[in-house]
Amino acid sequence: MASYSTNEFKAGLKVMLDNDPCAIIENEFVKPGKGQAFNRVKIRNLKTGRVIERTFKSGDSLEGADVVDVAMQYLYNDGQFRHFMVPDTFEQYQCDEKAVGEASNLWNDAPLSVSPANFVELAIVETDPGVRGDTSGGGGKPATLETGAVVRVPLFVQQGEVIKVDTRTGEYISRVKE
Amino acid sequence: MLRLRAQVFNDIRQFFSARAVLEVETPLLSYSSITDPQLDFFTTDYCLPPLQHTLFLQTSPEFAMKRLLAAGSGSIYQICKAFRNGEAGRFHNPEFTLLEWYRVGFKLPQLMDEIAELLGVLFNGHRALNPTQRFSYQEIFRSYTGLNPLEFSYQDYCAYAQNNHKPEAVSICGYDHALWLDFIFSHNVQPQLGKNAVCMVYGYPACQSSLARINEYNSQITDRVEVFINGIELGNGYYELTDPKEQCRRFDEEIAIRQIRKRPASVKGKHLIAALEAGLPECSGIAIGLDRLLMLLANSASIDDVLNFPIQRA
Repeated sequence: MASYSTNEFKAGLKVMLDNDPCAIIENEFVKPGKGQAFNRVKIRNLKTGRVIERTFKSGDSLEGADVVDVAMQYLYNDGQFRHFMVPDTFEQYQCDEKAVGEASNLWNDAPLSVSPANFVELAIVETDPGVRGDTSGGGGKPATLETGAVVRVPLFVQQGEVIKVDTRTGEYISRVKE
Repeated sequence: MLRLRAQVFNDIRQFFSARAVLEVETPLLSYSSITDPQLDFFTTDYCLPPLQHTLFLQTSPEFAMKRLLAAGSGSIYQICKAFRNGEAGRFHNPEFTLLEWYRVGFKLPQLMDEIAELLGVLFNGHRALNPTQRFSYQEIFRSYTGLNPLEFSYQDYCAYAQNNHKPEAVSICGYDHALWLDFIFSHNVQPQLGKNAVCMVYGYPACQSSLARINEYNSQITDRVEVFINGIELGNGYYELTDPKEQCRRFDEEIAIRQIRKRPASVKGKHLIAALEAGLPECSGIAIGLDRLLMLLANSASIDDVLNFPIQRA
């Protein structure tokens, strides 16, 4: 794996620090006019999620971390692990609750963290029938999606329809025309 | 921003003109370079067939201005570009603008008075500053860290780093006193200096002397001053070293350090040594980074905001 000098530290770069994969958040160049140059770096440990500050002598380098982003499809939750699949190869991965939530990365073929796409389109498997004349304003009703998630949808949305959901807020966005 | 820069230049010229300090111009390109192991220069090729020479872009106009002083110019100032390779960040652009001035007959305290007056004029109408502060390096270092910067105690320095969540300092700095001071000062002292005020720190430890004279009463410190506002380093000044032998010795020392660290080789300023031998008058001088000054006047977070075309777009 390539190594990266402090000059190449950019937000998002994945490096190994103290044997853990980490992501650079911020890199500030600190140099007294007549003194040694340092880089003060904010870095997130991808295994623990902790953010630490670390100073390097400018020009020092860190080993790159073999972390890759992989798009996967969520399959099911067996109570302990959540299971995902790479749609192209049908390879399956399981990961525990701790990893679900941050950006989705693989390190040494083990899932490090998972972040859902910002928007997903899912079919409604169960919801109460709507009443004619209802508009998007006002109350709404609960709807169960194919993944088991429950979101509030407007009254006019029917069972079997596909809707767009913002995964960051868990909110209904719109209906999707098939 | 264009207007603000023009206004600042204008104010500076009026300030010095009223004090009969002469504006000068010196070459940006030179056959010699600095020897400071902490600075990297730009080089360029001067082709005059069949000859070819390496020329250096100045990292500051200091050497050329001292040659003018030795030639009898009297007090002088200059607004010019300076170049430092590899320096880029929120407060650094590899090409930047310096105001540098020398006062013949001034010792450090008089120069510090003048710095405060100039900054007062430049900030006037832009930003109200709190009263100017002056601290000795030793007193300010001790008050923020409890450590004595003049005496190197490996144990105390390591313990301080451990207790302040900077254990990496131990492996970075090792037994290098000057490096420890750079580390601790820039992480734990400098950010606290000059809350909306000019803060001047004088009496730097002798191991950080650069081109300053050793204090005549205390050989542990040098007559060097640094200027800070809101934790930003604005300038660095000295009661200038006039002894050619001492200067030559410091150059050789720095060249040796550069060799050990495998930094690009520098070419010693023969002309400067010759000028010192001819006699540099007793003087004090300082360089102020004008881009950073503009950042403070305009309340900008990054030097890119005050440059028309920062290096990425140069």
